[in-house]
Amino acid sequence: MGKWTRRAFITTGVLTGGALVVGIVIRPGNRAGKVKDLIAGEGDTVLNIWLKVNADNTITVIVPHAEMGQGVHTTLPMMLADEMDADWKTITMLEAPGHKEYANYAMGKGFLMGPKDIPSMLIGTVDGFFLTATKQISLQMTGGSASVRFTGMLAMRVAGAAARAVLLEAASQEWEVATEDLVVKNSTISHPPTNRREPFASFVVKAASLSQPAKPRLKTTEEFMIMGTSPPRFDIPSKVDGTANFGIDVTLPNMKYAAIKASPVFGARAKPLDASAIKDMPGVHKIVNLEGAVAVIADGYWLAKKAINELPIEFDKSDHDTVGMNDIYDQYLRDMDVAVAEGKEEKDVKKGSINKIFKEATNIIEAEYRVPYLAHATMEPMNCTALVKEDSCEIWAGSQNPLGFATSVAEVLELDQEKVLVHNQYLGGGFGRRVVPDVAIQAAMIAKEVDYPVKLIWSREDDIRQDHYREANISRFKASLTDKGQISGWNNQFVFKHDPEEAPHIPYGVENQFIHYTNSKTHVPWGYWRSVDSSMHAFFTESFMDELAFKANKDPYQFRREHLTNAPRYLKVLDLAAGKANWGEDLPAGWGRGISLHESFGTIVAQVAEIEIIENDLKVHRVVCVADPGFAFHPDGFSAQMESGIVFGLTAALYGEITIENGAVKQSNFHDYQMLRINENPKIETYIVTSDNWPGGAGEPSTPGIAPAVANAIFNASGIRIRELPFKNHELKANAKILG
Amino acid sequence: MILKINNQSLEVDVDPATPLLWVIREQAGLTGTKFGCGIGQCGACTVQLDGVAIRSCLTPIQAVADKEITTIEGIASETELHTIQRIWIQEQVPQCGYCQSGQIISAHALLTKTTSPTDEEIDQAMSGNICRCGTYSRIKKGIKLAAEELAEASTINLENNG
Repeated sequence: MGKWTRRAFITTGVLTGGALVVGIVIRPGNRAGKVKDLIAGEGDTVLNIWLKVNADNTITVIVPHAEMGQGVHTTLPMMLADEMDADWKTITMLEAPGHKEYANYAMGKGFLMGPKDIPSMLIGTVDGFFLTATKQISLQMTGGSASVRFTGMLAMRVAGAAARAVLLEAASQEWEVATEDLVVKNSTISHPPTNRREPFASFVVKAASLSQPAKPRLKTTEEFMIMGTSPPRFDIPSKVDGTANFGIDVTLPNMKYAAIKASPVFGARAKPLDASAIKDMPGVHKIVNLEGAVAVIADGYWLAKKAINELPIEFDKSDHDTVGMNDIYDQYLRDMDVAVAEGKEEKDVKKGSINKIFKEATNIIEAEYRVPYLAHATMEPMNCTALVKEDSCEIWAGSQNPLGFATSVAEVLELDQEKVLVHNQYLGGGFGRRVVPDVAIQAAMIAKEVDYPVKLIWSREDDIRQDHYREANISRFKASLTDKGQISGWNNQFVFKHDPEEAPHIPYGVENQFIHYTNSKTHVPWGYWRSVDSSMHAFFTESFMDELAFKANKDPYQFRREHLTNAPRYLKVLDLAAGKANWGEDLPAGWGRGISLHESFGTIVAQVAEIEIIENDLKVHRVVCVADPGFAFHPDGFSAQMESGIVFGLTAALYGEITIENGAVKQSNFHDYQMLRINENPKIETYIVTSDNWPGGAGEPSTPGIAPAVANAIFNASGIRIRELPFKNHELKANAKILG
Repeated sequence: MILKINNQSLEVDVDPATPLLWVIREQAGLTGTKFGCGIGQCGACTVQLDGVAIRSCLTPIQAVADKEITTIEGIASETELHTIQRIWIQEQVPQCGYCQSGQIISAHALLTKTTSPTDEEIDQAMSGNICRCGTYSRIKKGIKLAAEELAEASTINLENNG
């Protein structure tokens, strides 16, 4: 890797009308090696955070992330405004356009380095390795619970503090007083000794002429005025009166609509249809043959949908036409066995000597767990509107990855990426699905055939059957217990490994561990699904912990405690959850309590579920959720995300199952891919623990722990150990006697 | 054919079998009503027909010609939001927001009929509306608060009129 000079700039300028623009610009000093494709020329920008102090002293903040309900359009401006000592009431935000200049450098860096290595101040720490990595995970991506913990911490706060420092310096020079004697509050600078007081806007011209401090000081937690409070979210008013614009709501002059039929078996080709097939369909204008799908363009979506249903669309045979779930699981098991037999396991964690400990052990416990494929089922079905001209393209969509969309569309249209403009809209749910640019590529290919804009809408059936799925998986455990009931060895094998890296790792003190995986490729497309690998590993590891506790004849909560003697942060979260959930207190017959503990995306979450089994029916009454995210910047929003993640995880645990049959997805809509509804919603209590740690995520960390908490509660109520999700496939019967 | 949406007449020239949802969105240009499933399972497309909550994705326009159609754009007055909408902001109910038009329209229909609904009545009236973001507990709280405020307002009205 080339040596990098480290450069970052705070730039200022005055716009017509007297607004001050402050930009935090991070530029690489070396364009060698792997990053040269990313950096076009001298002065090229890697990350910009822009803010504007308007002439009327209001402030506009540009946010480089998409709003999908997680509140990031509010929380990120809060972080900037607080550092700036700005008046929150005068802050407005704009989402950054899908453009390289807003590339999400901070996210890439955060993912790779991990919070503990990140210096408290970002400016001046650019290096090429991280830039390359950022490119690989697609720039300007919203996901991985990363907006606050990386963009917020590494960019928004620095930008706010820098803007404040610049304005303070300007006031100091204009008034000829020491900066130490100046007070900044609510976008106003005052000098108490001389009783002077002016708004930020008065110092715009002076500020723009100054050279800037390289390292503005960030506030300590005690100094926060806005961070840690819960102001109303900016996006909510438009979401109660129907005016919020989601991707599907985009309306353009002369726009027409497209419906599509894609091959049910992933990867199979569609047989092209002749243009004359629609000659008797009034209002239907064009057939577009794509590689794996056929689309029609019509005056309205209903007409397009009706046409696509009526057309005789056929698909070529493929090698996967007979594949079913048993084939996939058999293949996994075969590949896992072969990997072990040949010593070709992909190593994840290895410490101590697992072989030696198992040879000596007298109490060995083994178990095998399974989870099925899962679809995202965002409430807003996939859609994209495209207008393709000879040498440019415009895209309207709700995207977690606008720059990735632009790159993919540019590639298929053979355009320069600069010629593709993505207008990002509100996302009607993301959960990782709206990272994938498949629908944008289709929309562009369809719109390329005509000279008007086309809105492509997937039906719910398309959405369920053409997803990029959380994979089905198998996890095998073998563990040994000492005479005193301590875990002495932990062997865990599973299939595939993506993000987050820590998903299969346990927080418990176990001296001998071997955690390993095997790849076993299938034809089913994989995608990020809320909490990604943690969505299954928490179920695997925390259910198995419960099995070990039972075998050790110990209370599951106490058993976990005994293995957390060197992990005080985890212990605190676990203890609080047990306490708030009245752990140990009697429950009525048929009821059970279960506990789980899991860290993902930098946030530790403990959950206690209280359930009842009524005649083979499972009712989740109450969930206590304790989370340590380091610091919750918008506590109400954080709690909302905890509730949201729990409902999402519980939906999957109760009902979520995508089945592959004859190479295709069997389920199609909400009648057979069931969602949790309001009458099944448990009472969720969230408690936030504040610690000194680097801020953790909010959008994902509560999803993983609910399945094991409920599974363990089912065991508590019935003695039935569920090792395969979803719960709906199991016959349940309360049995109070099993646990005595 | 003439449809009456939010007290306005709209003449449309489409196949009478076209679901109301697509006419509301594409012909009337009222995009607050959402497409979610197309089979009446999710409630994103909920509108009111003479005050009753229905699934517009399953309702052909030929069935609604003489009826009053109310969408999310039609429940506020000219000067202020409906109490339910105001409470929805106060309680910060929406997350992604996509299902919320349908949720609010269902809640509105419930509170018009049942002024002080129990938990069970709320569950029954609202279980046709899926929320993938899991805002259910806030929806329930919002309905109860809105019910209280609406009851207070109607008491005041009665006193003023009486």
